[in-house]
Amino acid sequence: MKDFNTTILSNQEISPGFFRMRVLAPGFEEGLLPGQFVMMRIQRNPAPFLRRPFCIFRTGSLPAECDGLAVREYLELLYKVVGQGTAIMATLHGGDRVDILGPLGHGFDVDFGAGEAILVAGGIGVAPLFMLGETLIRQRRVELLLGARCREEVLAVTEFERQGIETYVSTDDGSLGRKGLVTEVLEQRLKEGTPAAVMACGPLPMLKEIHRICNSYGVPLQVSLESLMGCGVGACLGCVIKGAGHSEQSPRQLTVCEDGPVFRDGDIDWSQWP
Amino acid sequence: MKQRKGRDELPGDKRATGTRGGKGPEEKAPDLSVTIGDLELRNPVMPASGTFGYGREYARLIDLERIGAIVTKGLSLRPKAGNPTPRIAETVGGMLNAVGLQNVGVDAFIRDKLPYLEGIATPVIANFFGNTLEEYGEVAARLADLPGVAAVEVNISCPNVKQGGIVFGTDPQAAHAVVSLVRRRIAKTMIVKLTPNITDITVIARAVEEAGADAVSCINTLTGMSIDIHSRRSRLANVTGGLSGPAIMPVALRMVYQVARQVRIPVIGIGGICSAGDALQFLIAGATAVQVGSANFVEPGVMVSIADGLARFCREQGIDYIRELIGSLVVD
Repeated sequence: MKDFNTTILSNQEISPGFFRMRVLAPGFEEGLLPGQFVMMRIQRNPAPFLRRPFCIFRTGSLPAECDGLAVREYLELLYKVVGQGTAIMATLHGGDRVDILGPLGHGFDVDFGAGEAILVAGGIGVAPLFMLGETLIRQRRVELLLGARCREEVLAVTEFERQGIETYVSTDDGSLGRKGLVTEVLEQRLKEGTPAAVMACGPLPMLKEIHRICNSYGVPLQVSLESLMGCGVGACLGCVIKGAGHSEQSPRQLTVCEDGPVFRDGDIDWSQWP
Repeated sequence: MKQRKGRDELPGDKRATGTRGGKGPEEKAPDLSVTIGDLELRNPVMPASGTFGYGREYARLIDLERIGAIVTKGLSLRPKAGNPTPRIAETVGGMLNAVGLQNVGVDAFIRDKLPYLEGIATPVIANFFGNTLEEYGEVAARLADLPGVAAVEVNISCPNVKQGGIVFGTDPQAAHAVVSLVRRRIAKTMIVKLTPNITDITVIARAVEEAGADAVSCINTLTGMSIDIHSRRSRLANVTGGLSGPAIMPVALRMVYQVARQVRIPVIGIGGICSAGDALQFLIAGATAVQVGSANFVEPGVMVSIADGLARFCREQGIDYIRELIGSLVVD
């Protein structure tokens, strides 16, 4: 983990309200695990005061160029404009500077028994699954079930497909792929045969439903959670969730930033969310 | 006698450390050390309780042996689950929190967290609180004889829990009672952390000084709130929370100035400090040391940057001992 001030290479709006940002990040890839994230300080002064957490979509490098530019390693974030911080972020350009703290947190466990893996994404929840897919496809068959509200919110499909990941799209309004919820697609898919693992990221109601489905089919599940965060390193305790077996007498609070953001299904007390 | 290790020395280093500014090789680094009770600090910069975990959380990001002290998360007799989420909300120039003093409890701290801290050559200040007078006494007794705990900071001011000490922090008699009790249990340096959520903070400061406090730290967070207009709900599950960050610095500075003029014990300044310049304002206002709070979240290396900035300022100003600055405010 390191804290570094760096340069934005590009920041493109890929769909209304959805952006991809590349920042220069030499050496960042070393030891980086799928599902980890960074805390980005968007602007030094005045607002916003706190950093914002973003999972790492992918890393890569730009080749050296004949005019003297060396190889430039970068990390890429996929984000949605949801509030003040991301709105400011969307106005940044290549050449602007930001502070990055990371990689942070515990990522996906990719070391599990033989069999295929099913990745389930809800909207912008696709972001932490790309590196995961990249890693898993080297060892096993991987499917991505990608759900979104509408076709504008379906992101990065071709990049998954290019990796050899079978991708099934569903949208709430039917504007792309199958009409319906991604959780329905998952349940249908599990009826046909159970994979070695399901890994998911998306809104909480979706994750709760996936938890129910995976439990009923006895499939191991890992989820990447989202949370408001103050520090990103387990100090401020702003992002806690209740762990399995939590009680007021013997608290078992987990920080999304340090204990997560990826959790095994059984680590979490799922009853804490209505 | 010079204590240079020839092995680590590069030719360039001599020039860099020895002859800068043409003052010759004998120029000394300014002395940043300060004293709080029996505590000798290498510099006056330490974290504010609750913003630095139990120290280890930041060990990968900051050299813990370059700050003046490590102040732990507030400890209670039993483990405490804290408040429901959302617990934090960003505001202009700062943030609200209502964590509710979640902590592992004093026994787990001693068993699981303290051994690591004992390996760090920086004094540990254990912050603690109680729900009742008896609990304050009980936690104090457990911390009293631990060699790894250099000092304690008694929290009589958390705004986010009903019995988090605010009762003791807003009434001079109650404050006197709790501090006297802890004083009887603990011989080591005792700092008392005060709340700003009171009409006249100096009344409490004087009461705890009389009860035997070795120092006071001020201020804890200012009570505040923030509302989501669409859901018409508070942005904190606890409804209200404590405001911290640069937004509160002018208020904190004023209170430190007032308290420092009313008590003879050292004052530790807290409130929105983000830079060496901010820390210097507190020292000039009368603080002997400072605590850095929410700035740690934004810039994990900030405390070391502040310590470096203090040294730079002293060099530029020709100040040999930083303690010369304490309470040096010029008022015409």
